[in-house]
Amino acid sequence: MLSVKNLHAKVEGNPILRGISLEVKPGEVHAIMGPNGSGKSTFAQVLAGNEAYDVTEGSVTFLGEDLLELPAEERARLGVFLAFQYPVEIAGISNAYFLQAGLNEIRKSHGLEELDSMDFRELLREKMEMVAIDPKFADRPVNQGFSGGEKKRNEILQMAVLEPRLAILDETDSGLDIDALRVVSEGVNKLRGPDRSFIIVTHYQRLLNYIVPDYVHVLFQGAIVKSGDKDLALELEEKGYDWVREELATA
Amino acid sequence: MAEVTNSAEKTRYLSELAEVSERSAPDAVRAVRAEGLRLFGELEYPHRRMEAWRFTNVNPIVRTPFATVTNPAQHGLERPDLARFTYPDQDWIELVFVDGFLAPELSRGLEGEPGVRVLNLASWTGDDPAWVDHFGRRLNGSSSAFTALNAAFSLDGAMVHVARDAAPPRPIHLVYVTTTQGKASAVHPRNLVVLEENARATLVETYVATDPSEVRWTNAVTEAVLGEGADLYRVKVLDDGPGSFHLATTAVSQGRSSRFRSFVFAFGGRIDRDELCVDLDGEGAECALNGLHLTDDGQLMDNAATIAHKAPRCKSWIGYKGVLDGKSNSVFMGRIDVHRGAQQTDSRQLNQTLLLSDKATVNTRPQLEIYADDVKCTHGATVGPPPEEEIFYFRTRGMSEAMGRGLLTYGFADEVVSELEIAPIRERLDRHVFEKYRPE
Repeated sequence: MLSVKNLHAKVEGNPILRGISLEVKPGEVHAIMGPNGSGKSTFAQVLAGNEAYDVTEGSVTFLGEDLLELPAEERARLGVFLAFQYPVEIAGISNAYFLQAGLNEIRKSHGLEELDSMDFRELLREKMEMVAIDPKFADRPVNQGFSGGEKKRNEILQMAVLEPRLAILDETDSGLDIDALRVVSEGVNKLRGPDRSFIIVTHYQRLLNYIVPDYVHVLFQGAIVKSGDKDLALELEEKGYDWVREELATA
Repeated sequence: MAEVTNSAEKTRYLSELAEVSERSAPDAVRAVRAEGLRLFGELEYPHRRMEAWRFTNVNPIVRTPFATVTNPAQHGLERPDLARFTYPDQDWIELVFVDGFLAPELSRGLEGEPGVRVLNLASWTGDDPAWVDHFGRRLNGSSSAFTALNAAFSLDGAMVHVARDAAPPRPIHLVYVTTTQGKASAVHPRNLVVLEENARATLVETYVATDPSEVRWTNAVTEAVLGEGADLYRVKVLDDGPGSFHLATTAVSQGRSSRFRSFVFAFGGRIDRDELCVDLDGEGAECALNGLHLTDDGQLMDNAATIAHKAPRCKSWIGYKGVLDGKSNSVFMGRIDVHRGAQQTDSRQLNQTLLLSDKATVNTRPQLEIYADDVKCTHGATVGPPPEEEIFYFRTRGMSEAMGRGLLTYGFADEVVSELEIAPIRERLDRHVFEKYRPE
């Protein structure tokens, strides 16, 4: 589904990604862990199509398309979704309107009929129930006045509505208390399926108790230096990232 | 008649002014005209060496030989022609002024209702103490040659009186329509609104044109007096088109514990200037001045708000937003004067501008003069294009860059609209803003 080969990227001239390679098959959940500054968020932003990052080398293929050639909106229409680490606030546009407009753009690109407000409201109601968001959030401006946890939950709601093929969760667990973490994880688990893949970027192993990954990768200085199964996350939790640093130093 | 000096451009109005000054009128009106004429003779037209006009070049107004409308025009308008400017399906009081003069046949609710009297200045007999006491009294601190010219004409406008404790449920809508009769015309509406103790009212002012692209000048003055505990909710919609020059000065005085909420929506004219001067005379008075302007290429919007905190424990808010496209300009001045003894003043202001073009410019100036020591005064301003990271957020949800930009712009502007408490106006303006910025 997603094939990343030797991906290099810079931001403002500074190299951040230095040769990431990653294969994600349909239905798989990949966790990407790593210390601060290792390039985790940059990787997520580059996959989503943020033009503030310059890809200098490598390739990304998604569902047979050259992802790097596509602008962000076309990636979204193809099924790439990024749950932001810091979702922005949008004044004056309600959550419901924002999501309906996005969903209809995606539907149009697939030759599907647009949903009218009534049908969309029904869909939104279901999805809000699924991710345990108070219905009153539908008519609030996007993320405005939301707490940190509410913003993260709202990202999961958007994912539930847009039903992407590949969802990238960028530190969705940061700033969440244990209850919110459980709600968010349950939301993600309900969306898991044979056709939908996840890349879960996280600093901590905690989230992976709830969303059990098929693979765990350690990102360090812009490259994946270690891969394993869910036990690798536990090992990291126990030994810390210094363990990886030391291993690399002796290698 | 006073001698008019120091500007050749003034002399063109002399014969019209002379004719008007000969007309019979109530003493209060004659007095205001005479004082206006005297001041008009003394004062220079505003120019850019004057602090308040530094960024607003009014030469195009000064130099255009306008024909002042001094008598009701033959307009031929009928109610259906006005449907898009009025609210025919609402049970409102609507005074329609065509080219500066009341058109009774297009108006409704002129009989008022218990506790509410409405009249037009031209029909006023001048024997009414509630209006006599206030007519022409409020503009001391904000006189310019333009307000003086308005006073010198004082031909027509709305007179509103709301009695003590009255709270009419129907908004009072003043509609100023200008038509074009083959020449650049000027009108000088003169309004007076008096709310007695604990009275409440909703006042809507709409300025529109039948032919928005034609050159016209509206030079309006409105005086409002709020008695103790009175509450005035005021909405102004300025939508008279790209050919228009619009200058308006609204002077408000507020008694103890009164409340004044104002919304000014300006949808772009060649030169638009809206000046609000609020005197918080009584302890605990509150005012909130909100505004939204949307300008396109070649347009200028100048918002000038001056609030005088003259008594303790008053609260004021000035919040103006602008969206500027093309080569257009906006000017914002928020002046707060905290007088000696006006302790526990709480004053805030914020001016936010969204630039849709790199040719658009904004000049924003807070001015604070504080002569009390226990006060809270804050001000802030933001200027910039729609933020890229917000546009990116839309794009990651499948929407194009143009759609993201359009919706961001709409959302920015609509924040002001959505606060309106009068649903029919809110809905109409919401649609207007959405249509203007929604992506194709």
